[in-house]
Amino acid sequence: MSSTTDVRSDHQAAPPAPPAGRRGMPKNRRIKRLSRTDKIVLAVMVGAPTLIQLVLVWIPTLLSIILSFTRWNGLSLENIRAAGLANYQYVFNDSPAFWPAVQHNILWLLFLAVVATPLGLLLAVLLDQNIRGSKIYQSIFFVPVMLSLALVGIIWQLFYQKDNGLLNFVLGTAGTPQAVDWFGDPSVNIWAALIAATWRHAGYVMILYLAGLKGVDGSLREAASLDGANAVQTFFQIVFPAMRPVNIVIIVITIIESLRAFDVVWVINKGTNGLELISALVITYLVGEGQSIGIGSAFAVILLVVSLVPIIIYLSRTFGKESKS
Amino acid sequence: MTSTPSILRPRTALPGTRGAGKRHYGTHIFLTVMAVMWMVPLGWALFTALRPKADTDKYGYFSLGGAFNFDNFATAWTQGGFLRYFGNSLIITIPTIILVLLFSSMMAFAVSRVSWKFNITLLIMFTAGNLLPPQVLATPLFEMFKLLQVPYWFSDSGNLLNTYLSVILANTAFQIGFCTFVLSNYMKALSPDLTEAALVDGAGLWRQYWSIILPLCRPALAAMATLQVIFIYNDYFWPLLFIQSGDRLPVTTAINNLQGTFLSNYNLLAAGATITVIPTLIVYIALQRHFVAGLTLGSSKG
Repeated sequence: MSSTTDVRSDHQAAPPAPPAGRRGMPKNRRIKRLSRTDKIVLAVMVGAPTLIQLVLVWIPTLLSIILSFTRWNGLSLENIRAAGLANYQYVFNDSPAFWPAVQHNILWLLFLAVVATPLGLLLAVLLDQNIRGSKIYQSIFFVPVMLSLALVGIIWQLFYQKDNGLLNFVLGTAGTPQAVDWFGDPSVNIWAALIAATWRHAGYVMILYLAGLKGVDGSLREAASLDGANAVQTFFQIVFPAMRPVNIVIIVITIIESLRAFDVVWVINKGTNGLELISALVITYLVGEGQSIGIGSAFAVILLVVSLVPIIIYLSRTFGKESKS
Repeated sequence: MTSTPSILRPRTALPGTRGAGKRHYGTHIFLTVMAVMWMVPLGWALFTALRPKADTDKYGYFSLGGAFNFDNFATAWTQGGFLRYFGNSLIITIPTIILVLLFSSMMAFAVSRVSWKFNITLLIMFTAGNLLPPQVLATPLFEMFKLLQVPYWFSDSGNLLNTYLSVILANTAFQIGFCTFVLSNYMKALSPDLTEAALVDGAGLWRQYWSIILPLCRPALAAMATLQVIFIYNDYFWPLLFIQSGDRLPVTTAINNLQGTFLSNYNLLAAGATITVIPTLIVYIALQRHFVAGLTLGSSKG
């Protein structure tokens, strides 16, 4: 099967089979042709997944918004009190962890965007040429993508430890007072966590770009090299722009990954002491002592609002054309 | 990057040749250095796991002295209770995958093969749902599960918290969106004649779905199933949120507790971590193609 179907379909003029939904008039006829049984079948086929999606994803999302305007200890529904904007005031003005968390989330995004994603692209470009052992390299870079971020945290913990970790041995500081506790020291642990996250993210980006590169029409490159463009020019002026659909997907993935970042920091120290992230604050206020559902929900809403930006970009890119035509 | 110029040429000029020209030396050096760096963290975990604690205490962790054996794995397995955690992972993963594939293939069929008013709207809703950070809906979902009364024979907490079902439901809801999106794209690309013919023969919708479309989607379903095995097995968040009793945790969430159980015995912790990697590696080696196909098919995955 062609693994690049999705990646490519965007810039090929028309998909081989126009989906039934786009054909204007026959639309109505088709649904009328359905028998009674078929209508019931269709209702179940659509109804069951939609119900699950509504009840377990969208209604909770709405409830997060509502709860963010209330004060609640999470015990009984009768205890919910309207709080107006108090939770947001607390978050923006008084919460000690909020602004550090915002900074860390931004740093996370910048690091993935400036280091991890370009590294993945570079690996893909290098591996896309028919060099010997390409598959072996690919497999090595890809292994971390298969691991959970929680496990990535633990594996790097072994590497970063203060007295027995490999890094401090290599630096020659292990056992000395200069030894750095890479995950514990609040001045460096965010960077240590970002390197661990990069280890996984770059492999992911590499795989997606490898598929994207295979989808670029070879004659484009040929034409460019006939025109005397060197490979770097060819790449940046021809190949990279031709991968626009993949680029969009990767931009969206990079933004969303940086908003979702949670597992690594939770494994290290539950997102405290230098590793504050908005996602971790939501959970801290839910499970922590002195539960404060309202404040936690305010963090969740902030996360939601920021996430909607990449989500809307992505959806309008993906579905925009479809609904217009 | 000096070697980049040679990169793009072999394929465009001579599509058939597997060129390994001398101008690739720079590339090879760079890739080899990167590959070695990439293997260091896992390699270090494995190295530590293979050495008895007594030997690392004596010679230090950064040494080659002493024995190498699998004792830590055996100890970690029994002390850590891995059998139970793997069992839990299985109990959660298998039903989730079946539910996800069933619901998402039905939904994908309905939005891609039948025309009706809201199919694009629903597809957008499903896709968007999958892109949300789970923490956005974690709190209300937790409270909903806590407030939902169920009989005690079903759950010893009297509600949905602390049950496998809570994790299965959350994962199912979250993954349906992604699979629906991928499968609907796949189904759209199948010729409409396939089901038109069946329609003329009087085959109902269910038969079109079950006997015509689903079998044709086998490659996409295999890719999605492989991807979901990894996603669900690797899911750390939902069990962390919903399951309080340690003996019901799946392995990915449970290993974090081992940091406490194996306090400062890094050899055991490393062995535990390595044990947890093994199932993913098996899937990787056996089903790598499906996994990669799944990722690229749905490069929408957030």
